[in-house]
Amino acid sequence: MIPLLIVLGLLALVVMFLVGIYNSLVGLRNQVRDAWSQIDVQLKRRFDLIPNLLETVKGYMKHERETLESITQARAAAAGAQTIGERAEAESGLTAALGRLFAVAEAYPDLKANQNFLALQEELTSTENKISFARQFYNDSVLNYNNKTQMFPSNIIAGMFNFQAKEFFELKEPEQREAPKVDFS
Amino acid sequence: MWEQIRSNRRRSIWLAMFMAALLVGLGYFLAEYFAPGYGIAGSVLACGIWMVMALTAYFGGNQMFLAMARAKRIEKQDLPRLYNIVEEMTIASGLSKMPAVYLIDDPAPNAFATGRNPENAAVAVTSGLVRMCNRDELQGVIAHEIGHIRNRDVLLMLFAGVMVGAIAILAEVGLRSHWFMGGRSRRSSGDGGGQAIIVLVAIALMILAPLIAQFIYFAISRKREYLADASAARYTRYPEGLASALEKIAAAPAKLASASKVTAPMYIINPLSRDGSRAANLSSTHPPITERIKILRAMGGASFAAYDEAFRRTQRKRAGVIPASALQDQEDIDLRTPTAAERLDRLVMPVGVTMAEMAGSADAQAAKRRAREVDDVLYRKDRYRALACPCGTSLKIPPGYLASQVTCPHCERRHEVTRFQTMDASDPAGPS
Repeated sequence: MIPLLIVLGLLALVVMFLVGIYNSLVGLRNQVRDAWSQIDVQLKRRFDLIPNLLETVKGYMKHERETLESITQARAAAAGAQTIGERAEAESGLTAALGRLFAVAEAYPDLKANQNFLALQEELTSTENKISFARQFYNDSVLNYNNKTQMFPSNIIAGMFNFQAKEFFELKEPEQREAPKVDFS
Repeated sequence: MWEQIRSNRRRSIWLAMFMAALLVGLGYFLAEYFAPGYGIAGSVLACGIWMVMALTAYFGGNQMFLAMARAKRIEKQDLPRLYNIVEEMTIASGLSKMPAVYLIDDPAPNAFATGRNPENAAVAVTSGLVRMCNRDELQGVIAHEIGHIRNRDVLLMLFAGVMVGAIAILAEVGLRSHWFMGGRSRRSSGDGGGQAIIVLVAIALMILAPLIAQFIYFAISRKREYLADASAARYTRYPEGLASALEKIAAAPAKLASASKVTAPMYIINPLSRDGSRAANLSSTHPPITERIKILRAMGGASFAAYDEAFRRTQRKRAGVIPASALQDQEDIDLRTPTAAERLDRLVMPVGVTMAEMAGSADAQAAKRRAREVDDVLYRKDRYRALACPCGTSLKIPPGYLASQVTCPHCERRHEVTRFQTMDASDPAGPS
């Protein structure tokens, strides 16, 4: 009788342990999803702000056709992206194009005095920050989750219930790391 | 890694438990002193007092505290920059809900976080801070406050603070009764030896318990400050932002008018004293600012491990300051450069000035712009009306302005103000 109880007790412990692992895997996976949806929200927000911005600067920046067009193109590319990797690449192109726009905007004092432009600049700057902070949190969450799916013993549970490793959201951002170039001539 | 920090604050919790033991002991010996045989009842009563105070603080403390600091709630349209920064740090920290944002009309730069849990949290900053700090610096300060919320420091400090209060009240009552009734207990003869010991312990506790409780409270507070600094560096990836903000805050001479001894540990730096450069002693609520800045500037990465390493290196201590569980973090997280926005802030370009002059004047211009922005919000919150004068001046009419005319201080034009019906005639505020 007693050995049977001991075996049952041990079995119960093992089951509880496995349930704990399963639940923490689900929790981490949900965190990854939440983090991704936050990135998505911010990318959409930027997407919606761009037509407004272009409308505002159009009248002032007659000689910056190329800069404005590159933004339109980058926006379209981001809209057409399929995978996370493609999306990341298109979005970093958009970030770079917007950075160029704000850099050349410095040469237009009238534009700099436009309240609407200043408000949009604050909005876009902050949205850029939010994108990068959301990305940061997303990548942290993915790292946590991936570690859990690959490390023993949680990898067994992860394999049984098909918890797959997630992709990181890496931006290629050489332009962002350099100071914007401004022509003083 | 985020959740682990919350569950692993054993040291702080041990200290809090010691404080609780102090409270129970004080209750016990006080009761034994004044009414022999009722020691247990005294302990229960002491805990009861603490619980009532704690519950009041738990459910009402948030609003009480914000009201004490005279903080005004602001929304996005009031100060988009501040509001956006709070939103950014909410995202970076992964908080489930953005804290409410409050502004305090005070030239002393400071900030605090409050709220029993992340759902009810609030961040308050003074107008002086918004005026003084650029985007990166403000971001650092807000990240520090969000760190307090994320690490659940507010709740810990709230319960600990209430315990200090309860111990102080009990000891005060005990001491006063002791002087008035001077050893009423001696009447109860019998086992004189045991009673003498109880009297000694009771008196010692009455004198020492409030002091010890306060020291413990401050010790917990200092630890939480370091952890919040480390969190700020981790969220922003830019410790220099917070370091330079702390430098500016420390250099500002003003004391905060609306802070008291009780609320002091809640602020980013101690609002009451300016002895930032001196070494921390048992009675300081915050680590010395110069040391905090030194640690932040010595960081080689943005992880908790990097902060811990910088702490040990600059303080020449073998033990770190970050809970062990938080150290199982990614080892290297890169630092970032200043944001493009701040670099652009410096790139306003008058012709024929040197780079250094230009940077200086651009900083000054940015500061002026920020000052105007925050002043406008405060005027609006105080229900001032703006009256545009043709000379370009914007006259601010206070809500209680009763005269029918106002003179522009710049061009001396006279304006009618009768159409600005005052909203609250009992308001005694005069013209500005």
